[in-house]
Amino acid sequence: MDGMSGNAWLPLMVVASALLPGLIIFGLPEEKVRLRTVLNLSGAFAKIFFTGWMLWGVYHGNSYEMRMAFLPGLDLVLRADSLSLLFIALSSVLWLLTTVYAIGYLENSPHRSRFFGFFSLCVTSTSGVAMSGNLITFLLFYELLTLVTYPLVVHRGTEAARRAGQIYLTYTISGGALLLLGVVWLYAITGTLEFSPQGILYHLDTTYHPALIAIFVLLIAGLGVKAALVPLHGWLPEAMVAPAPVSALLHAVAVVKAGAFGIVRVVYDIYGIDFAAELGVTGPLAMLAAVTILYGSLRALAQDNLKRRLAFSTVSQVSYITLGVAIVGPLATIGGVVHLVHQGLMKITLFFCAGNLAETLGIHKVREMNGVGRRMPWTMAAFTLGAFGMIGVPPVAGFISKWYLGLGALEAGEPWVIPVLIGSSLLNAAYFLPILHRAWFRDPPDSWPVMRDTARDFGDKETAWALLLPPVITALLALFAGLLASTWFSPLEWVQLIAQRAFYH
Amino acid sequence: MSSLLAIDWGVIAILLPLAGGTACVLWPALSKPAGLISVTGVVLAIAGLGWRIMENGIYRHAVGGWGAPLGIDLFADGLSLIMLIMTALVGLGISFYARRYFSPRDAVRFWPIWLFLLAALNALFLSADIFNLYVTLEMTGLAAVALTALTGRIDALGGAMRYLLATLLGSLAYLLGVALLYHDAGSVDIATLAQRIQPNAAVWTALGLMSAGLALKTALFPLSFWLPPAHASAPAPVSALLSALVVKASFYILLRLWLELFGDFAQGASMLLGLLGAAAILWGSLQALRQTRIKLLVAYSTVAQIGYLFLIYPLASAGNGIAAGMAAYLAFSHALAKSAMFLAAGNLMLFGGHDRIADLDRAVQRLPLTVAAFALAGVSIMGLPPSSGFVGKWLLLDAAMSQGRWDLAVVMIIGGLLAAGYIFKVLGYAFTQAEVPHDARAVPAGMEWAALLLAIGAILLGFMASEIFALIAVDLVVNADEAGTVWTA
Amino acid sequence: MTNAFLYALAGSGLFVLGLHALVMHAHVLRKILAINVMGSGVFLILVALARRSGETTTDPVPHAMVITGIVVAVSATALALALMLKLAEKSGQAVLPDKHGD
Repeated sequence: MDGMSGNAWLPLMVVASALLPGLIIFGLPEEKVRLRTVLNLSGAFAKIFFTGWMLWGVYHGNSYEMRMAFLPGLDLVLRADSLSLLFIALSSVLWLLTTVYAIGYLENSPHRSRFFGFFSLCVTSTSGVAMSGNLITFLLFYELLTLVTYPLVVHRGTEAARRAGQIYLTYTISGGALLLLGVVWLYAITGTLEFSPQGILYHLDTTYHPALIAIFVLLIAGLGVKAALVPLHGWLPEAMVAPAPVSALLHAVAVVKAGAFGIVRVVYDIYGIDFAAELGVTGPLAMLAAVTILYGSLRALAQDNLKRRLAFSTVSQVSYITLGVAIVGPLATIGGVVHLVHQGLMKITLFFCAGNLAETLGIHKVREMNGVGRRMPWTMAAFTLGAFGMIGVPPVAGFISKWYLGLGALEAGEPWVIPVLIGSSLLNAAYFLPILHRAWFRDPPDSWPVMRDTARDFGDKETAWALLLPPVITALLALFAGLLASTWFSPLEWVQLIAQRAFYH
Repeated sequence: MSSLLAIDWGVIAILLPLAGGTACVLWPALSKPAGLISVTGVVLAIAGLGWRIMENGIYRHAVGGWGAPLGIDLFADGLSLIMLIMTALVGLGISFYARRYFSPRDAVRFWPIWLFLLAALNALFLSADIFNLYVTLEMTGLAAVALTALTGRIDALGGAMRYLLATLLGSLAYLLGVALLYHDAGSVDIATLAQRIQPNAAVWTALGLMSAGLALKTALFPLSFWLPPAHASAPAPVSALLSALVVKASFYILLRLWLELFGDFAQGASMLLGLLGAAAILWGSLQALRQTRIKLLVAYSTVAQIGYLFLIYPLASAGNGIAAGMAAYLAFSHALAKSAMFLAAGNLMLFGGHDRIADLDRAVQRLPLTVAAFALAGVSIMGLPPSSGFVGKWLLLDAAMSQGRWDLAVVMIIGGLLAAGYIFKVLGYAFTQAEVPHDARAVPAGMEWAALLLAIGAILLGFMASEIFALIAVDLVVNADEAGTVWTA
Repeated sequence: MTNAFLYALAGSGLFVLGLHALVMHAHVLRKILAINVMGSGVFLILVALARRSGETTTDPVPHAMVITGIVVAVSATALALALMLKLAEKSGQAVLPDKHGD
């Protein structure tokens, strides 16, 4: 462990706070519910504590870096900079809420030790992805994330789950292979993979430019699988067979975010945004993102299955991040990067709510949702907030993202983005508003099926508190992230710090 | 302390299992304790040898004080040491597995032959001359064949017979090469040969014969026809020994010959070896993907993984000094992962009474440690991080890319994808319920842990690349002084 | 053409003959015999090459090698024969089964 400075242990602690409870949980017998819950929650709280510590430190100009020898000439580096902390903070908070939700969701179901073990490993990998200080460390955790999410996708052990797992792996492992090829090629040219604010390529001779463009394509293809860029998005709707907390994890906290985050890293810290623009790779990337945004929304329109509709909505929404990254200019960057947080908060709310409907009332399809707002008012209120956010209704967080994206596009002289944003918002409204209309304004059926005993919490209204609390909190967070966007502690403020670093160095 | 350093640990590493094996023959009732004690002793002896090499540099010992050319020299440098460590550690894991695996009837046969095999392997990795290598290689082959036939089942006998014929043919071709080299250069000592050898007709013929013979014994495609039936029909611990260690013995000899004797002038032949390696990766992986039984799947995976080892030749010949390190690392990594995988397969067979992949029937819940072992070993075989398989693949890819060998890089990537395909085929079915659910038979915990610990070893080795290369590098300096320029290419 | 070269040539001939028989014959006993013929060919070459042109004395080292080689060949043949007998006992015939016979 050479290069261990005094601050090196904090990044390690963030990783360990999820890893250690996970490893212990694997060894726990199924019936040790209380101990497992204590471990899960203490890990989640510890992670939030260490993340808060580092946030405070980075805000005051400290740096945190852990470095150890890995390969000849390449180290494993965990580093907390402002961008990684944004992702870490998001994942810490959502991990805590998802853990609470999962404990409620999986109550009395089998194989919970295995589930929570892999769940913790999943968060471990996400922390690693977020804090990677170079591309090899990123690759390591990115692939680890693929591996540890697989058991969660196939958790139910049915034939359908197995098939979905195969599809998931076919996409993600192929993507990983492309990424590996790109990274090795890059390393062969540059001899370094360190993330750095201006990128590591601007000094290279122009004869390398064709190769660098090819590498960019490889890297984006590899990352685009997880970020669900069209046409690499096929796994995401299939992976819906997984339990709801897993969907939440895939869509909001870990997997698609790791892909989008990787794209941010590659464009800003490997290529450098100015150099990428000079190479001419940002334009096509923005086009691809725009196509994905519209395509995902169009497909979402046609889905009757609620979770599939949400999945296609994710395809569309995550590409706002890519779009913001690919438009060269500080405002678009702010819009894209802040959407990393905003999309996470809104989408996890929607998936929690969908899970509540399925668990409590057995509702899986949109057409079964008539009048459900009266049966589960709080759940549907949270859902409504999330949906408004997705559409971009002010003051919910999604509006902020779209506003900055639009301003950024105009600033960068890319006015074609505006119709894309408007079209996408209209489509969002077109597939979310009918759901809200059904839920609030149509008559409910004569009786609701009883899927789980909710009497001890809220009588015949709502669902278990462990299932209700997380979506209500995330919905409020999504609201406040928009409402209080100009305060010093909002995600937007932090992202402006990041954008400054990228553009005004 | 210094008196401990002076001990000839190499001699002990050979004599101890030989004595243990003899004891097993004489007192069959004591087979198991004698076996475990010998193997543990070998681990300690290798540790002593490693310590001695790190303190004093290369180990050389003239047996009986005769010295080359008439006597036999024992010799160990970094490369040999890594091979010895690999043999000792993997052998230890497999021994603890075998302790619970065999019935008393089979145990009295297994232990003596395995100890003789261990002695032969240690002697092979400690040999410095090409004839001594022949003798130890033949001992290794015979012991391995005997182990394959251990159960006496008809498929095992057929597999063993085919294996025996292949291994004998391979050694004869090698021996003919030895004869030609000796005639040409007047020595069998590798270091002496390295100084005297000049490319001429006799040397080229020797190169062809020795390479073909060793490639046959290493099961390099298309000479791999004998491996799947032998490795799949043998009992699980034996399959593990064969795949993890025995094929590495002939590979090691070929590597030595190439690094020290042939590498400088046989670039074309290196390309051919690399080409066959690439073909092995593709063919072996595709075959593995087609299998419906775990043990055959794992056996074909070995065929594919051997292909990666042979990619080192074209990459080394274009001027890469870390070839020895890469080879040692890849071999070690594969030994750990593949032994874990065969042992896990053995557990699954014991648990379900069969090894049909589609009927694994919720093994992940009922045999979690074993499935974990299979999965972790699989991660390394696929070359995904964090594992030694990933590091090995990274080193190869890096070498291939910096030499512009796109073809090899693409083959490696495709090989990784195919490996993921066959590994997750097994893991996927381990989660689901079989059409006809069956009861699970108990698997001793020791057997589950043996598989898991080896698999964890394959993962942890991924963080020890620099240590492995440090061992090889100590040696580079010494060897360059001794034998001229062979290592500095 | 020296005597030694003739012997070496004969040795190579034996090696090739044996290889041919090993591949062509199905019966395991014939295969074992073929291996032995090949071995004899190699030993012949070793002995023949022991005398280098221009030297009056023969080199003793190849002789020692041949003796060692014969010991190895004998034990290998013994193992092969034992295996063949077992195989014949179990399957009724001493031929190799199909590759994936299970």
